Amino acid sequence: MSSLIGKRIGELKTLLQEKQVSAAEIAEAHLDHIKNNDSQTHAFLNLTEELARKQALAVDQKLARGEDPGALAGIPVAIKDNISVAEYPLTCGSKILGDFIAPYNATVAEKLFTAGALCLGKATLDEFAMGSSNENTSFPVPRNPWDIDRVPGGSSGGPAVSVASGYSAIGIGSDTGGSIRLPASFCGIVGMKPTYGLVSRFGLTAYASSLDQIGPFARSVEDAAITLSVLLGEDGKDATSLRAPFEKSGEQAPDLDFVQGLKKDNAPDYLKGLRVGVIADFLSDAISPEIKAQIDKVRKVLGDHGAIVEEVTVSHIKEALPVYYIVATAEASANLARFDGVRYGARADSPSDITTLYNRSREAGFGDEVKRRIMLGTYALSSGYYDAYYKKAQQVRRLIKESFDRTFERFDVLLSPTSPSTAFKIGEKVDDPLTMYLCDIATLPANLAGIPGLVLPCGISTEEKKPLPVGLQLLAGQLKDAVLIKTAFALEQVLPPETYESPVLKAAI
Amino acid sequence: MITAKDVEHVARLARLSLTEEEKSLYTDQLSRILDYFSALDQIDTTGVEPMSHPVSATNVLRSDTVVNPPGHEKMLKTAPDKEDAFFRVPKISD
Repeated sequence: MSSLIGKRIGELKTLLQEKQVSAAEIAEAHLDHIKNNDSQTHAFLNLTEELARKQALAVDQKLARGEDPGALAGIPVAIKDNISVAEYPLTCGSKILGDFIAPYNATVAEKLFTAGALCLGKATLDEFAMGSSNENTSFPVPRNPWDIDRVPGGSSGGPAVSVASGYSAIGIGSDTGGSIRLPASFCGIVGMKPTYGLVSRFGLTAYASSLDQIGPFARSVEDAAITLSVLLGEDGKDATSLRAPFEKSGEQAPDLDFVQGLKKDNAPDYLKGLRVGVIADFLSDAISPEIKAQIDKVRKVLGDHGAIVEEVTVSHIKEALPVYYIVATAEASANLARFDGVRYGARADSPSDITTLYNRSREAGFGDEVKRRIMLGTYALSSGYYDAYYKKAQQVRRLIKESFDRTFERFDVLLSPTSPSTAFKIGEKVDDPLTMYLCDIATLPANLAGIPGLVLPCGISTEEKKPLPVGLQLLAGQLKDAVLIKTAFALEQVLPPETYESPVLKAAI
Repeated sequence: MITAKDVEHVARLARLSLTEEEKSLYTDQLSRILDYFSALDQIDTTGVEPMSHPVSATNVLRSDTVVNPPGHEKMLKTAPDKEDAFFRVPKISD
């Protein structure tokens, strides 16, 4: 039989149902691939082999009894290591958590496991999900499987590298300012940040609570849609998880059936009459010419299929960058106050008093970027500066949200580049935090407005020595996640065919 | 503009005992970042209600049913230092 690596969810399910392969064999094939190759890519911080084997056995037993094994039965998954999996280490990419073992499952982990997914391991990240390149970590920096001298993007670098390398069919990340979409773009895969509140954050280590959202990585839009369908839902353990959309019925209810209706034959019809706004603010000279060329290609394809494509400016969208870095760091400074060496994690040796214990545990445990953001957030919240920074940022945040609301009266979806460049070299931007922050300029407006965003590979750049994928970003209004998925699915069918197989994946197929 | 003294003050608030090297690095970097943020000053926000959350959520209460939380023994397992049912820390006051 051919390799089990690189298969889509549908293909693996068919193989399982036709008894051509067992879930145990799927787990072992992927674990072998990781063990043979991840020493060069560093996608995983810890493997959860025993859990994967136990889960595979359960799926095989259900299949043998003729029971429904679940929507993700036998599908290998990599979970970002700021999401709790019970009885396994949770590092958040930080030294401060020491040898912490998660006492319970995150709600999304529980949902994935109930659906039959096979958890292969905890995937690497920027420390506490703060970063755009995944270089902010006290563990090995993960490598882009297209070119191992380049970054995979952050902060969810690990799950993106895992999916792009074929270590797992799907990945789970978190996105606070682009942390799913940026690595998806750099690694040539699909990544989606759903509408804020659609997926429970219980068990996700909080970075910026009003911006954090969990979402899927996959190698096709359909696989991302299947995964998101498993993740979503109201959760009594997360006060900000949405209840209303799941209670409404009939025409009032938002379309949350992401998988039904994704039919390849009639997919292009969806584009006919679709109103697409190309965000003009992100077509400046700061964007690499080749990315602009790819966006132009997509515009033309959309137009050829009957979409109404227009350029649009979204007022204040460029100020999203300062607004984000004030709001996010302010929330982070409060959220990360809990890491003080008292109840869990690493504690400084023999401190004389409690304040010294806090100060030294935090100084030794946090990395450079985390400290920088805590400092920035504490400053923005401090007496005398609160109005000038935090309050001002929250006011402009509302202007940005309202600006999006007005724009979505005229357009069904918005289109933009994901980032000004393709994956850059490791070390290239580490010394200049502000330049690094600019990577997120196109992704973070969606988090401020709470709207869904999806990244889809749209071409291969040949500007550098090795080919690198280019991702486009689609945005839609709150709870219009289905519009985003249907648009992306249609685009996937009509864009020039391309397999988007990284060298690490290709070698294993 | 942020001074070395500001950085020391903020580090104290944030419970971080920064090294001298970090203090000078952060003074420089935070100054440049805050300088960039001053772009916000140009925007007229008179009368704009600050937005703290992306969705207009109302408070909801969970139904009053008995659940089984992990329990203090399980949560204490991850403590760096403990005694009986408590987290142990150095002396807090004289």
